[in-house]
Amino acid sequence: MTEPLLALQDLAIAYDGRRGETRVVRGVSLALHAGEALGLVGESGCGKSTVALSIVRYLGRGGRIAGGRILFEGRDLATLDAAALRDLRGRRIAMVYQDPMASLNPVMTVGRQLMEVPMIHDGAGAAAARARALTMLGEVKLADPEAVMERYPHQLSGGQQQRIVIAMALIAEPALLIMDEPTTGLDVTVEAAVLDLVRELRRRHHSSILFISHNLGTVAGVCDRIGVMYRGELVEDGPVRRIFGDPRHPYTRGLLDCLPTLGRDKRHAPLVPIPGQLEPPYVRATGCGFASRCAHVEPARCTAGPIPLTPFAAEHRVACVRAAELPTYARRLVERAPAVAATAAAPVIATEHLGKVYEPRRRLLGRRRWPVRALNDVDLAAARRQTLAIVGESGCGKSTLAKVLVGIEVASQGRVMLDGTEVGRLGIDRRGRELKRKLQMVFQNPESTLNPSHTVGYAIGRALRRLRDRPPGNLDAAVARLLETVKLAPEMAARMPRQLSGGEKQRVAIARALASDPDVVVADEPVSALDVSVQAAIINLLNELQASHGTTLIFISHDLSVVRYLADHVAVMYLGSVLEHGPVERVFTPPYHPYTEALLAAVPVLDPDRAGARVVLQGTIPRAREVPRGCPLASRCLRKVGAICDDTPPPVQRLPGDHRILCHIPAAELLTLQAVV
Amino acid sequence: MSTQVNVEALPVSPPAASRRRAPRWWRAVLAIRHSTTATVGVAIVLVWVVLAVLAPLLAPYAPNVTDLAALAHTTPSRAHWLGTDHLGRDIASRILWGARPVLEIAPLAVLGATALGSLLGLAAGYKRGWLDLAVTRACDIVLSFPVIILYMIILTHFGSSAWNIIGVLTLTKAPIIARIVRGLTLDLREREYVAAAKMRGESTLYIMLVEILPNARGPLIVDMCLRTGYNIIIIGVLGFLGIGLPPPDPDWGGMVKDTYGMMMVWPHMALFPCAAISSLVVGFNLLAVGLRELGGRD
Repeated sequence: MTEPLLALQDLAIAYDGRRGETRVVRGVSLALHAGEALGLVGESGCGKSTVALSIVRYLGRGGRIAGGRILFEGRDLATLDAAALRDLRGRRIAMVYQDPMASLNPVMTVGRQLMEVPMIHDGAGAAAARARALTMLGEVKLADPEAVMERYPHQLSGGQQQRIVIAMALIAEPALLIMDEPTTGLDVTVEAAVLDLVRELRRRHHSSILFISHNLGTVAGVCDRIGVMYRGELVEDGPVRRIFGDPRHPYTRGLLDCLPTLGRDKRHAPLVPIPGQLEPPYVRATGCGFASRCAHVEPARCTAGPIPLTPFAAEHRVACVRAAELPTYARRLVERAPAVAATAAAPVIATEHLGKVYEPRRRLLGRRRWPVRALNDVDLAAARRQTLAIVGESGCGKSTLAKVLVGIEVASQGRVMLDGTEVGRLGIDRRGRELKRKLQMVFQNPESTLNPSHTVGYAIGRALRRLRDRPPGNLDAAVARLLETVKLAPEMAARMPRQLSGGEKQRVAIARALASDPDVVVADEPVSALDVSVQAAIINLLNELQASHGTTLIFISHDLSVVRYLADHVAVMYLGSVLEHGPVERVFTPPYHPYTEALLAAVPVLDPDRAGARVVLQGTIPRAREVPRGCPLASRCLRKVGAICDDTPPPVQRLPGDHRILCHIPAAELLTLQAVV
Repeated sequence: MSTQVNVEALPVSPPAASRRRAPRWWRAVLAIRHSTTATVGVAIVLVWVVLAVLAPLLAPYAPNVTDLAALAHTTPSRAHWLGTDHLGRDIASRILWGARPVLEIAPLAVLGATALGSLLGLAAGYKRGWLDLAVTRACDIVLSFPVIILYMIILTHFGSSAWNIIGVLTLTKAPIIARIVRGLTLDLREREYVAAAKMRGESTLYIMLVEILPNARGPLIVDMCLRTGYNIIIIGVLGFLGIGLPPPDPDWGGMVKDTYGMMMVWPHMALFPCAAISSLVVGFNLLAVGLRELGGRD
C-alpha cells in the first residue's frame, strides 16, 4: 500500500482550563489516502472537530497537541513551525466550516476573495487569478459567475455562500480538504445540492476529503470510509458499506438506530435513542467510554482496562471487546399494528383562508418598500390527539403560521378557529387566560427557550401558577410531577438552564408548555438544534405525551424524516401557500406535488449505494411580495408544464383520503412519478 | 448472550449533589477570586471602606481641630503622619473622615442612576415606538449638555448638600445606564423565553423586570463599578470648584482646592487627598475590568 496522505498516529489533544488539563482527544490513529474521502461522525462534544482543527493547528486558547503525530505528506504537522504551517494552510490543506458567513469577509466582493487565494499562494497575476476564480465558480455550479464575482457575501443565499467557500477551498487545488459540518445549517434541498456538488467535485479534483458530521445520513453518500468517534476516541472505522451494513460497535449501531428515515413512521417502528448522555471529557472512565450507555455492556470485561481499536475484518477496526459476539445488525423494526386513524373527529384547531401580510413601516425618506406576503390562503385543520406537521424550506412561512396560531402575530386575512372560537385576530395580549391555557408553544432554540436567570423549577412553576384554573396547592410537587412526565429527575427543579444539556433544556420547555394542560401545542422546529441521538429521545417523548395527554400537536419542521415518523397529517408549504396537504402516508407516496417530490428526494438516504443521482431543486425561494399570478413554485419547478404555471393559479385537486394537491398537472399523471421512498 | 438493558430508558441526569451549597449570590461573589485584577480592585475598595467605617477609632485627631503648634512645621512628622494643612488640621484624619461622604454619595448616586436608567432603558427598548424616541432623545439632550455647567447651575440654585449631589449625579448618569440597558433589551426582548412569558399572559412590567433585567445584570454591574469610580472623580471636582460638600467638614476635593495654591511650598497638602481620590477610583476601575474579564467565561 502506498504512503497515506494524512496519518494521525496516537493523537492526543488536551485543553487547559480551570479544572486543569483535560484530554479531549485520546489515542486517535487513522489514515487518509490520496483521493479518498473519510467521514468522521459522532455526537457533539465527541472530539471530531477538535481532531480536524488540530490538523491545521487551529486549536483555540488553552488547546494543545499533547501527544502523537500528524503526518501530512511525510511531515509532522504537530511540530511544524508557523511559517511552514502558513504555507500549507490554504494551499495544501483547505477548510470549509459550518457557517459560511463566518468564513467570508463581508466587506469584500466574493470575486476579490476568490482571487486572493491564487495571488497569495501561487503568486498569480490578477488576470490569471480572475480566470481561475471564474472557472471555479462555474465548477461549483453558480449561475452567472461574472455577476457573482461582483457581489458581496450578504447578497448571496446560504447555499450560494457555502458554494463560494467550497470554491475558495478548492481553487488552490489542495491535497486535503477538511469539511466541518458543511451542510448542517442548510435547508434539506440546499444540503442535497451541496452534497451532490461535493460528490461531483471529488471526481474532478483529486483532493482527499475529511468530512465531519454528526449525522451518519449525510456522510453515507459522500465518503469511502467512515470513522466513528466517541468521547475523544475512535471507536470504529471502516469502509462505508461495512459501517452501514455490518456495524460492530454498539455506539455506531445506536447512531444508526436513532435516525428517523423516510420509510419509518411511529406506528411501525419506534426510534431507539441512545440512552444516557455524553459525559464531559473530564469524567474519566476506565475501559470503554461507552459502557455507561451501552446495551451490551458486560461490566467485568468492558470496564476492566483500556480497549484498543482492533482489526475486525479487512480495513474494519472496532474498539469493543464484544465486537465479534454481537448479533448481526438489523435496523430495529418493531412491527406494530397501525393505529386507527381518527380523522372523523371535529378539528380542535383550524385555519380558514388564513393570510398574513407584513406591511413595511412607512418612512419619510428612502425607497418605497414592499409588503411581504408571508401566508396566503392557508386552510388547515387538526383533530384531537393528532399531529399536524408543517414542512417546507426556510422562508416558506411555516414559522409565521406558528406565530399567528399562538397569537404572537395577528392574521391579516381569514380566520383561526380554536374549539370554535375565532382567535386569528386576537393578539396574545388580547387572549383571555383560558385561550392561553389551551394553546401553548415549544420553541426552536434550546439556548434561548429558558431564561438563564431562572431555575427550572421557577420556569415551570410560574406557568402552573399563571395558567392553571386552580393553582396547585403544592407547587413543588406539581413541578416535580411535570418533570417526571418529561423524564427528568425532580431534583432538576433547582438547576439553572446553563447546567442542562440541549436535550434537557428542550424537555424542560416541553414541561413548561404542558403545565397549563393545553389542548394544542405548537412546536416550532423543537428538535432541529439537537444532536440526532437526543433528537430521537425528544421525538419519542412528544409522541408518548401526545398519546397520554390527548394533545393536538402542530409540528413545524424542515426535516422530512422526522415528519414522516411523527406526523398524522402533513402540510407542505412554499412561499406562504400550502401546496399539498393530507395524511402522511398519502403525502409521502405518489401522487405527490412536484415540490414534495423534490423535498423527499433531497433527504439523505442511509444507504451508500442509493445516494446520489436525485432530482434536486435548484435555486432559492424567491421573496414573497405579491400574490403570485400563477403557481408559487413556477420559478423553480422541475415539472413545469408551460406558461399556464406562470399565469394561472393552480387548481386544488381533491383526492381520496382527505388529500389535496395544488398543481396544474393532473393527479393521474402525478401518480406515475416514481416513488422516492 | 448479551445483557439487555432497557434501551427505552431515557436520559436522566444524576441527582444533584446532596451536600448543601452556598447561596448563588455568594458563589458569584466568591468567583471574583478567579480574576487577579478584580481581586486587587476589591482589596483597594475594601481597605477604604474599612478605613471610613473605623475613622472615629483610627483618626488620631478630630478632623476640624487646628493644631496651632503644628503650623510651624506642616510637613509630615511623627505627630502628624501626613502633615497638617495650612490651618493646622491633621491631613490623615481629614482623609479618613473624608472617605465617608465619598463612599456614601458615590454608590448611592450610582444606585439611583441605575434604577432610573434601567427603567427608562427597559421601557424604551421593550416598548419601542414613540416612548423609545422620547427616551433616547431626552438622554441625548442630557448627555450633550456640558455637565460641569449643569452641576454649577443646579447646585448653586438649590444649595450644595449630600442629597442634592446625589440628585444631580443620578440625573446626569441615568442616561448612560438607560442607553446600555436599552441596547441589551433590544436583543433580549427577541428571546424565546420572552415569547413564552407573553404566552402565559405576564404583564409588561413582569417581563421587563423579571425576564429581561436579570439577564442584563452582567454588563450592568460592570458599568456600575465604573460609574462609581467616575462619580468619585466628580465629587472631587465639585469639591474643587467649591460647590461640593459645605465646609468645614472634610471633603477630598475641597482639601485640594484649599491648598493647591501652596503646591510649590507644601505639596503634601494637596497631593495626599489627590492620592486618596485616585486610589479609590483605580480600585473601582480594576474591579470593573476584572468583572468584565470574568463575564467572558463562566
